[in-house]
Amino acid sequence: MPVLKTDTLPIRTDGDVVLVRQAVRNLAVELKFGLVDQTKIVTAASELARNTLDYGGGGSVRLEVIEDGLKRGLRLTFEDTGPGIADIQQAMKDGFTSGKGMGLGLGGAKRLTHEFSIHSEVGVGTRVMVTRWK
Amino acid sequence: MDHIPILQMGRFLLVSIQVDMHDRQAMTLQDDLTDRIAKTGARGVLIDISALELVDSFIGRIIGTIAAMARVLDAETVVVGMRPAVAITLVELGMELPGIRTALNVERGMTLLTVATGETGREAADAGVED
Repeated sequence: MPVLKTDTLPIRTDGDVVLVRQAVRNLAVELKFGLVDQTKIVTAASELARNTLDYGGGGSVRLEVIEDGLKRGLRLTFEDTGPGIADIQQAMKDGFTSGKGMGLGLGGAKRLTHEFSIHSEVGVGTRVMVTRWK
Repeated sequence: MDHIPILQMGRFLLVSIQVDMHDRQAMTLQDDLTDRIAKTGARGVLIDISALELVDSFIGRIIGTIAAMARVLDAETVVVGMRPAVAITLVELGMELPGIRTALNVERGMTLLTVATGETGREAADAGVED
């Protein structure tokens, strides 16, 4: 799948989470996402960036503008080298939290995007990839 | 770190969140507000989020906590001005802000607070609130 644009941002502080939200918003505007679609992908990014920071101990996000035939989308890949998730099914459930949130992060991000994948290994880290198409 | 300003109008406290808050800022607002409710004996809190382009689960949780703490301190909270795109996203996210009063705009929010608390900001202001 052709990648038209790519950028990587660090997620080390809660200030970085704000910068990730702004960068995702800018790309969504560039892609001419409608207001609701913009808000959905930015909210998903906020949830996942916070997960990376709080549970993964920090990491990074890769932002990509991708093209599939005639449609364009925004793909976000969050990576950390934290403790990993032992039970992904449980972590995906609403209400499950090991930290300060509402436990809506992973499940919520999945509902707010079109494609969602997660790969995690205990002791190695976690990678979450989401895509929202225009 | 910048504090979100809290304005007092009679027996009500007004907060208008105009920036994309980072998490610590949101938690500071929660602490500042509960502190001010206790100090002023405020009966109502109005939080204007019309400038917010996003409410994620963390901000949602903070709003819920503020409302719960305010209730324990005998004050009502109303959240006003949520943007339609934010409302749609919040519901899809799975957060319906249970137990939180909302109003479409500041005017309706003030009416709601006035009815809920039996206070009017103005009269209390004229009488002078004991801090």
